[in-house]
Amino acid sequence: MAIRFASASRIGNKLPRGSNFWDGSAVVVNSSYESIATVTVGSGGTQSITFSSIPATYKHLQLRTSHATNNTTNIYFRINGSTTAAEYGYHYIVGTGSGSVFAASDVSHSNTYGVFAYNSNPSNFTAGVTDFLDYTSTTKNKTVRQLAGQDNNGSGYIQLTSNLWINTAAITSLTILSTGGDYINQYSSFALYGIKG
Amino acid sequence: MTAGSTYTPIATYTVPSAAASVTFSSFSGYTDLIVVCTVQASPGGDLSVQFNGDTNTNYSYTVMYGNGSGAGSTRASSRNWIPLDYYAAPPTSGSFNNEILQIQNYSNSTTYKTVLNRANNAASGVDAVVGLWRSTAAITSMTFSVVTATSNISAGSTFTLYGILAA
Repeated sequence: MAIRFASASRIGNKLPRGSNFWDGSAVVVNSSYESIATVTVGSGGTQSITFSSIPATYKHLQLRTSHATNNTTNIYFRINGSTTAAEYGYHYIVGTGSGSVFAASDVSHSNTYGVFAYNSNPSNFTAGVTDFLDYTSTTKNKTVRQLAGQDNNGSGYIQLTSNLWINTAAITSLTILSTGGDYINQYSSFALYGIKG
Repeated sequence: MTAGSTYTPIATYTVPSAAASVTFSSFSGYTDLIVVCTVQASPGGDLSVQFNGDTNTNYSYTVMYGNGSGAGSTRASSRNWIPLDYYAAPPTSGSFNNEILQIQNYSNSTTYKTVLNRANNAASGVDAVVGLWRSTAAITSMTFSVVTATSNISAGSTFTLYGILAA
């Protein structure tokens, strides 16, 4: 007989009673993934948020985000407060549903920040998952990868981005910022996690 | 400064025989959800998701895809579901699509819900999807099915639901 419907609770009924893995309640897990800090933007919005004093006890960082902006604009990020344009570069590809995809890059290192999200806007929230790999290394330039996107029931974008921070310093702070007087809207959230190695 | 371990497995399900849908409905107490799937469909088709049993035209999506010969992007508005892959889940004779669905702030009751998915079809190509559910309701259930109404999710397909709790 084909299964037409399966729910977590019904799955649980098939398992030994001793297991609480399936029942949807809190489970104590020896996870290597830990929440470090979360910023939720309050009334009036903000032009930037910063995670500082990031502990060096993980192997990788992941930033999980949901944000909107007051205008259609990109938002950006800086590492360790650096405003040195020579330290930032990126490549990204974007699909907007128009048939083709387009790509852009900054290999001349002309910006004082990395690209965090293309074409954020007020209509709906952009979701993003950004990974900072081997962030405590003092011998590697840092590569940052991201998947982000937004759909507005008639427009939208989906983006894959690779940023490079040309600096071998360990990452100790991250700043997400808007520019040109724009701001990040209320209810936007930025949650930073550490992944153990 | 840290709030402790998270990325908690909530439920996992291996489809024992061809199924029209798979639903998760018990996942309170987290900030984000992640669903990791390996999927075949019979006779093939795109895996899709609906939330809270909403079958109305409250969904839209934008997708970017690529294979060995090119890349492209398409989108659709006011649909009855969000498709999670551009390259259809293969039939039983093929490899499994693998998919990772990200659902941020799923329990908030203020904003419409934006979700991200990355899917890989080893034989055909790769894609990334952003989907919108135009509802401010907290997500309390999600149902996966195949867009093609006559298709089923094949036996051996797996769905694992994780919860992430922010500090």
